[in-house]
Amino acid sequence: MRDFWKRFRHNRGAVIGLVILAVVIATAIAAPFLFPQSPWKMVQRPFLPPFTQEGLPLGTDALGRDVLSGLAHGAYVSLLVGLVSTIVALAIGVPVGALAGYFVGRTDDALMRFTEFFQTIPSFALAIVLLAIFQPSLVFVIIAIAIVSWPPVARLVRGEVLSLRTREFVEAASLSGLSNSQIILRHVLPNALPPIIVLASLMVAQAILLESSLSFLGLGDPNIMSWGYMIGAARTVIRTAWWLSFLPGMAILLTVLALNLIGEGLNDALNPRLTRRSE
Amino acid sequence: MTKFILGRLVKAVFILLAILIFNFLLIHAAPGDPAAVMAGEAGAADEKFLADLRERFGLDQPLYVQLWTYLKGAVQFDLGFSYRQQLPVSQLIADRLPATLLLTGVAFVLSLVLGVIAGVAASARQGSWGDTAISTLALLFYATPLFWVALMASLVFSVWLEWLPGFGYATIGANYTGFAHAMDVAKHLVLPATTLGLFFMAIYMRMTRASMLEVSRLDFVKTARAKGLKRGVIQRRHILRNALLPVITLAGLQAGQIFGGAILTETVFAWPGIGRLMFEAINQRDYAVILGVFYISGAMVLLFNLITDVVYVIVDPRIRLTG
Amino acid sequence: MSLLSIRDLAIALPKGADRPYAAHDISFDLTPGEILCIVGESGSGKSMSANAVMGLLPQGVRPVGGTITFDGQDVLRLSEKQLLDLRGRRISMIFQEPLSALNPLMRVGAQIAEVFEAHGRLTPPERRARALTLLEEVGIPDPQAAIQAYPFQLSGGQRQRVMIAMALALEPDILIADEPTTALDVTTQAQILKLIEDLRQARGMAVIFITHDFGVVADIADRVIVMQTGEIVESGTADEVLLRPQHPYTRALIDAIPRLTGQEDTPAAQSDPVLSVEGLNKTFRTGSGSFFGKPRVVKAVQDVSFDLFPGETIGIVGESGSGKSTVGRCLARLVNPDSGRVIVEGADIAHLSGAELRARRRRLQMIFQDPFSSLNPRARVSRILTEGPIAYGAPRTEAMTRARELLGMVGLDASAMQRFPHEFSGGQRQRIGIARALALDPSIIIADEAVSALDVSIQAQVLDLLADLSTRLSLSMLFITHDLRVAARICDRIIVMQKGAIVETGPTAKVLHNPDTAYAQSLLDAIPGQEYERALAGAG
Repeated sequence: MRDFWKRFRHNRGAVIGLVILAVVIATAIAAPFLFPQSPWKMVQRPFLPPFTQEGLPLGTDALGRDVLSGLAHGAYVSLLVGLVSTIVALAIGVPVGALAGYFVGRTDDALMRFTEFFQTIPSFALAIVLLAIFQPSLVFVIIAIAIVSWPPVARLVRGEVLSLRTREFVEAASLSGLSNSQIILRHVLPNALPPIIVLASLMVAQAILLESSLSFLGLGDPNIMSWGYMIGAARTVIRTAWWLSFLPGMAILLTVLALNLIGEGLNDALNPRLTRRSE
Repeated sequence: MTKFILGRLVKAVFILLAILIFNFLLIHAAPGDPAAVMAGEAGAADEKFLADLRERFGLDQPLYVQLWTYLKGAVQFDLGFSYRQQLPVSQLIADRLPATLLLTGVAFVLSLVLGVIAGVAASARQGSWGDTAISTLALLFYATPLFWVALMASLVFSVWLEWLPGFGYATIGANYTGFAHAMDVAKHLVLPATTLGLFFMAIYMRMTRASMLEVSRLDFVKTARAKGLKRGVIQRRHILRNALLPVITLAGLQAGQIFGGAILTETVFAWPGIGRLMFEAINQRDYAVILGVFYISGAMVLLFNLITDVVYVIVDPRIRLTG
Repeated sequence: MSLLSIRDLAIALPKGADRPYAAHDISFDLTPGEILCIVGESGSGKSMSANAVMGLLPQGVRPVGGTITFDGQDVLRLSEKQLLDLRGRRISMIFQEPLSALNPLMRVGAQIAEVFEAHGRLTPPERRARALTLLEEVGIPDPQAAIQAYPFQLSGGQRQRVMIAMALALEPDILIADEPTTALDVTTQAQILKLIEDLRQARGMAVIFITHDFGVVADIADRVIVMQTGEIVESGTADEVLLRPQHPYTRALIDAIPRLTGQEDTPAAQSDPVLSVEGLNKTFRTGSGSFFGKPRVVKAVQDVSFDLFPGETIGIVGESGSGKSTVGRCLARLVNPDSGRVIVEGADIAHLSGAELRARRRRLQMIFQDPFSSLNPRARVSRILTEGPIAYGAPRTEAMTRARELLGMVGLDASAMQRFPHEFSGGQRQRIGIARALALDPSIIIADEAVSALDVSIQAQVLDLLADLSTRLSLSMLFITHDLRVAARICDRIIVMQKGAIVETGPTAKVLHNPDTAYAQSLLDAIPGQEYERALAGAG
């Protein structure tokens, strides 16, 4: 564990990422306390530019809503959607990949055809279709994102399991009388964990991008303030109030960047062998 | 080799069929009357139209009969009718498809070519400031929301600097013909294609760089050095060709993402493709159009996949000669 | 007159490595036309020293002192441009893994022609013609076809011949061969060694031959250098070093070589067999499952039958692809046989499944080849040794006590219990693997190439341990190996397999000295270092 932290710290970008993410998390947690009023509430005249009015450092939007309050509440939504949808995607992808990789042959064929189908169809279009047909509530947004993002997990886990299952220690475990589920849970998956953790951190980032894209198109939960929605709403007024689109975009960019940087740091720290080779 | 390609074709047909079945199931899983879903929000108000739909798709028949009717229609390119636009969905898509193919095709090639070049350049000078600069840029592009970068690009280059048009497919009312028209379209294409390509360029760059570094550690590179070959020759002939294989695979997998990106880019730049069509259909709850575009986009992705498969086969003799 | 002269060469490893130098105080000369063997175990620095001559050290490893004089110039002081001219033209190199040493996407002919291109020789059609004659010269069957082939279409031996053709293209003064036969079967190894020897004679080329195998050394070396942890411990003519070694390390290495001679005939056992294999078959099909692909069919095991008696050790020997490993894996049911019976204590475990298989299989345990992949890197030794017994219902405390006993039995300290596999050396890991197999009180042990990945001195220790355990615990053992010397050392009987079928069975002494079949004889003839062994025996 100490080694892990040492190697992680060695990657400067990862530390920067961690700091940015910490700020975003703190903002998300503090949002309800700092801005107890609903971010949808009109507080001033519309189109108030940033840094012109005390108490509203980032000004107001086209409907006179507090931009800073919107960003803070948006942070909460972005992180929540990113995290929960990734957990759901892992809950689908890990078992599918593990079963396909461990029980090669027909099980593998069937599961991988299924995965391939989801991977081939354009995932963003699929998410749109799902949300257009069902009600775009927060739960459905999370489910839609999870449904389109589990296939890479399944493929990764399958690949890892496929190579691990022929490793001699796994064969030894089956000769030791362990059942298949014991072998998968105790010998195979723990060894496949590092790349899964790295992928998960990148998936959170991708899920945040996906959520913002869906909200931008107006497919987000209409009752929840999110960064993508803010950009979508400000799109038509970009000529007169460009900062209304610019600021939430920067928030997305920084958060996603931070997660990607952390992912690279985790990769270095969890796969020391690979890092050494690339030096 | 033909076997390999034929195998892929058969698979593609099955996936298309699966998308159709998926669409069918969605219509029936949706809350409310399937006929209302097919008609869309606008059409659902018209009782006569609904009755017509119920009869045509036999919506009182058992599910498998309905599925059969639906599939039979789809195979004959009957993707339903947009009540809102008063046109068959297939017609709407056919009108808009060329613009999307142009946009995604250009963005795909652009991102692949530039991404590979940048990746090779970065890997050749691993650790240098050039590598750091390219890698940092890639990291930024990879983290940027596509629709936002499109908005910002149109703001800067179209609204503020007025260098390039930021709206539409061609100058309205200009009625250019021939070469002038092509140039006009090309000018309109620059911003959408570049902003769509940036994200993917970042992906290909990172993959190329990692793959080049990986391959350069393999034994045959040492053999090449032991022959006395120059560095440049080794890079091009031995490392690059081998390093491209995973990049090609990735490009195939990313084809679907490019189309997803096109929905956003076309929306921002009012590019008259099927992505824009889909955005309009979302706002109008025109489900027949949404599902039709989804189906056609799946077909497009399969086409892109097939192209990358062919390229892969050309590059890798192991598949060409044994598959 | 020496062709190449190395003085006080020191090669530094990157910071944080387990020692400061890959090699140091390296001095030797190479005269034209001689074969110089550099011998040593893994990590002795033998490859690094040779790579330095080509200026081809891995990243981070660099020469920090001494000189390498070739043709009046110090190679270490040459510019990259001068080195390019040297490589491939004056000095060339071949490697251990001939598959990975060739570019998988380029035709063989193009890869040979490239050598001429790199040095601006000949026109393209001439290069092609030369490539063809070179392929002929290295003895590739059907060179016309081979020149058009991709590396994956050739066998291991053919690929190594291509590598040699490439290395010879510009008639270099020195050929550096880095373990060129280690990845090859014994008969192929003999052919490649003969080829190198012939080419040396025909061209008067000097060869630096790096190997860990004293048998190979004895067969081809004119002079020998022995290296240990980065230093030369002994050097001299082949006879001096091999027959009258001065340094204790050299002596230990030579003593550790398993001998082919000296087996006693063990009387055939009279009791009932513990394991009876009857008509075992296994065929692998790959490439099926698609609509069009024709499946590739490999008959890995064909009608294999034999009996294993209590306390007996049978060696199953054969070249790669002979099916010897598949037999072992079928017996342990890691692979399901297509047909045949495997009778252990009255039950046919080839046709059992579920709980019954689990209960019976306990009596039959395996020891694996690779000490680095046979232990779960994330499990402590205590878990590795107790997991099996606990799965079979032993109380935890009992299993722990037993595990400590087992560690003692395989020569490890009980403190090993709390450690992870990566904290042990290869030989120690193999001992842990043996303890794991014993933890379930098996009556039969299947050892699949169990010592092949180990250095020769460690190999000897592990073989002794296995022999000792099998007597003490009256175990029966199936010892699967490609190395007849190893089989000679430990087996009572030997089964020779070829292309999935048994071609010969008999007592070890009989099979090794007076085999009935031509195939067994050809395997025997190919074993390197036999003359040397007789010389050693004669010397006393």
